[in-house]
Amino acid sequence: MFKYFPPTQEDLQEMMAKVGVNSLDELYAQIPEDIRFRGDYQLPSEMSEMEVRDVFAKLGSQNRQLTCFAGYGVYDHYTPSVIPSLLSRSELLTSYTPYQAEISQGTLHYIFEYQSMMAELTGMDISNASMYDGTTAAAEAMMMCVAAGKKQNKVLVSATVNPKTREVLETYALHHGVELVTIAAADGVTSRQNLEALLAEGGVAGVMVQQPNAYGIVEDYAGFAEACHAQKALFVMDSVAADLAVLKTPGEWGADIAVGDGQSLGIPMQWGGPYVGYMCCTEKLIRKMPGRIVGMTRDNRDQRAFVLTLQAREQHIRRQKATSNICSNQSLMALWVTVYLSLMGKQGMKEAAELSYAGAHYLCDELLKTGRFQLVYDKPFFNEFYVRYDGDADTLYQRFIEGGILGGVRLDDGFLFAVTEKRTKEEIDNLVKMAAL
Amino acid sequence: MNNRLYGNLIFELSKEGRKGYSLPKNRYNGYEIPKELCRAEEAALPECDELTVVRHYTNLSNNNFGVDTGFYPLGSCTMKYNPKLNEEMAALPQFQNLHPLQPDHTVAGARALTALLERSLCALTGLAHFTFKPYAGAHGELTGLMVIDNYHRSRGDLQRKKVIVPDSAHGTNPASAAVCGLEIVEVKSLSDGTVDLGDLQRIVAEQGAEIAAMMMTNPNTLGLFETHIPEIAKLIHDCGGLMYYDGANLNPMLGACRPGDMGFDVMHINLHKTFSTPHGGGGPGAGPVGVREGLQEFFPVVSPYHGNFGVMMRAYAYILSLGREHVKEVGPLATLNANYIKESLKDVYELPIDTMCCHEFVFDGLKDKSTGVTTMDVAKRLLDYGYHAPTIYFPLLFHESLMIEPTENESKETLDGFIAVMRQIAEEAKTDPELVKSAPHTTPIGRVDDVLAAKHPIVTFRQMKNECSD
Amino acid sequence: MAKVLEGLYYSESHEYVRVEGEYGYIGITDYAQNALGNVVYVDMPEVDDEVEVGEEFGAVESVKAASDLISPVSGTVVDVNEVLGEEPELINKDPYENWIIKVELSDKGDLDNLMDAKAYVAFCEK
Repeated sequence: MFKYFPPTQEDLQEMMAKVGVNSLDELYAQIPEDIRFRGDYQLPSEMSEMEVRDVFAKLGSQNRQLTCFAGYGVYDHYTPSVIPSLLSRSELLTSYTPYQAEISQGTLHYIFEYQSMMAELTGMDISNASMYDGTTAAAEAMMMCVAAGKKQNKVLVSATVNPKTREVLETYALHHGVELVTIAAADGVTSRQNLEALLAEGGVAGVMVQQPNAYGIVEDYAGFAEACHAQKALFVMDSVAADLAVLKTPGEWGADIAVGDGQSLGIPMQWGGPYVGYMCCTEKLIRKMPGRIVGMTRDNRDQRAFVLTLQAREQHIRRQKATSNICSNQSLMALWVTVYLSLMGKQGMKEAAELSYAGAHYLCDELLKTGRFQLVYDKPFFNEFYVRYDGDADTLYQRFIEGGILGGVRLDDGFLFAVTEKRTKEEIDNLVKMAAL
Repeated sequence: MNNRLYGNLIFELSKEGRKGYSLPKNRYNGYEIPKELCRAEEAALPECDELTVVRHYTNLSNNNFGVDTGFYPLGSCTMKYNPKLNEEMAALPQFQNLHPLQPDHTVAGARALTALLERSLCALTGLAHFTFKPYAGAHGELTGLMVIDNYHRSRGDLQRKKVIVPDSAHGTNPASAAVCGLEIVEVKSLSDGTVDLGDLQRIVAEQGAEIAAMMMTNPNTLGLFETHIPEIAKLIHDCGGLMYYDGANLNPMLGACRPGDMGFDVMHINLHKTFSTPHGGGGPGAGPVGVREGLQEFFPVVSPYHGNFGVMMRAYAYILSLGREHVKEVGPLATLNANYIKESLKDVYELPIDTMCCHEFVFDGLKDKSTGVTTMDVAKRLLDYGYHAPTIYFPLLFHESLMIEPTENESKETLDGFIAVMRQIAEEAKTDPELVKSAPHTTPIGRVDDVLAAKHPIVTFRQMKNECSD
Repeated sequence: MAKVLEGLYYSESHEYVRVEGEYGYIGITDYAQNALGNVVYVDMPEVDDEVEVGEEFGAVESVKAASDLISPVSGTVVDVNEVLGEEPELINKDPYENWIIKVELSDKGDLDNLMDAKAYVAFCEK
């Protein structure tokens, strides 16, 4: 007897009789005896809820929650209380993919809203229903360029794209037969000259850049889209979602595909996931885009309704000719982000971005004032910046940890610090004090 | 239920000047964002008060159906109960607030949990190592194929670019192979639904040197155990290929058989199927990939951090709750439930393969198709009775496939209720076929025009508004 | 019974060629459009693109399936049936009248490898 298993002895007897077996063991008569598993698995003995809670409490106590000044793709943003509360509703949490539209209008509505909001944020025409995360969305964009590129298999990737993203791109490129070529960086930003030289060599299906880049710098991508299109290459921009509330959008920069991670839209850091990847594109690329898409239609009672559409591109129909193998989206995380954007709205997103920007620039100025830090690149940044330290950076980093602070990300001889609306002026001043010692 | 007002789109409830958030005041001076960095046009995001947002999504949820609502006999999806304890554990701040780049000594608990989960999965599968980087089942499949490709490349064996897949396989299998730069070779099934060993021998004889792997589930997509799996594994291993196990059908094997013992070298597990993590309307899931000893050096980097750690926490809580005593009961109970439904309905639904199944089985539509009622119609009519439809039109082996998987959490009363309704619908198909063909009648919406949606896709609110103003 | 026209050449992947001098009009057969269901989109090549026997040159999509178009002949695309962009369902209405591409044939010998109407009828019945 177990709380998740309803059958009583009586139930078992009746059902076994109907099926025509005398024991549960007989159900597996077709399994060859020499591979049949008998006995117990090497697992701990069953635990009551209280005991499970105990295990997790003990494990949790071995983790340290730190005041987070680290970014590099994952940010400590505020999570509104409404979100976990709404998402615990079991009709949202325990439902399946909305293949049966008639009983899934809840899910289909919110995905349509999600698509609309991501298209607005990125300034693009179309969005899909989300992807696993920003790095795999970038890999999918890379494959999309090659698929759309009619026999061109070269994709140029800026040196200022986050190395973590780059690693995932390289994995996919190796097996998918894509040639990745790095566009050189000069003074912390993508070299337009090098881009044009590489484009001129021909055979380029796509060009990928990041905004803000891996150093937190807001790059000037003027002319990039035009240069790409002149050589029939697609222009892909990978951005931090929250920053797009104020920054010039991929759409405004002329991108064909916009990808990135939506974790910055109020999703907790959770030591790596689940997050949510977004992918948006121009209208003419809609049928080349992987992932699920929800569209509007009418039902047979002439009501407005929503349904999964363009499924002919997907794995369950197109199989080996599919645009991708992706099956699930991160639906619940897409809902998370949708509720977040509904609450924050136009104004809240701007305010949060302004707080992040101000906090980061205040921290930077204060660090520079100590005389021990220097901005590595003299370029505009948003809420993340790269400074060189004149002492032993590892020792300082350790000191930060001991003081309860995650002092940015260690890069070469310095630090990449990120500040969000969650960091108070006191926390910033405290970090500066520690750094100045 | 205020669905009429709140059940539409959040944009339709928006009004300029409303706010649903509160942020701390900006205490910094002189740090305005330079205009030249900014977007010219504001994002047209909604502006709503908090209560409106809450009502909207609450009402939306009322139009949905979850495992907590009712029976979800979706074959191949394993819609088992999502324990609430798991949710409580995953929400613990000592885990939620960890940045993935924190130094190891500050996340010893998270690392320990990962190691303990890995050990549990090894015990259950008979494999030696797991990577948690894959974010979903399909992602896991891709990862597993990359392991295999990396293995062959390391041996300098660069001509192995083919993967054998049964003709009954799920669509993600060939799609994953294509993403990995591999080609699919299909092996035929016998009339009893299992792999045709003769056809497999022919393929291996003709193309053995080009075979990277064979990819399959066991039990297969028809719910049948491949009794000849040891011979299949030997055939593939002898020609130099590896065996890949698609973990979608792992549930009935808990307590029965381990993929490692069957001869598989690489596998993925769907934590959101076998290990009870919630489906969330279509994700997030997790697809950890396991390998036999010696293949762990070939794990590819398919994601930057530690995987969908929140999902892994839920799976671990589930394993701890069941313990060794009850994990081994999962398979037998799920299998008994499936066979019980099959035996109770095979007189009114067409059972193409009448044999003991595992956790799921396939009907090929109604036995009596004379009134033209299809599997689609039966599925839609089930919605009227408060059940989610089974999986329809998969596998492709039969034209009117109806795949049913009841999981081990369903009571006999639930199964009997479902059986009664299925019999009722079969009866309606004879006496009042129009009622079934025009179903559903009691759901929030009726059947949708998916031709219109595909021909003329409208996928954002902005597009919708532009349409209306035309 | 699927409609099959005399005088056309048919491929095993259910495309047809209607020959007019040096040119061939290529489309999908009635059997194919019926199997696909309501066509919602046709992915067509561009004028001046090359097509090759046995190679894919586009795709036809319905709600439930997407089928590659495999060229039955080799040549250069000289015209594309633009109206299918707006009204893809014309293929369901009359797949023989509503061809997809017009090709300047590079090798009329390709036609010898195709089936005539009678052979195609027999092929479909298998």
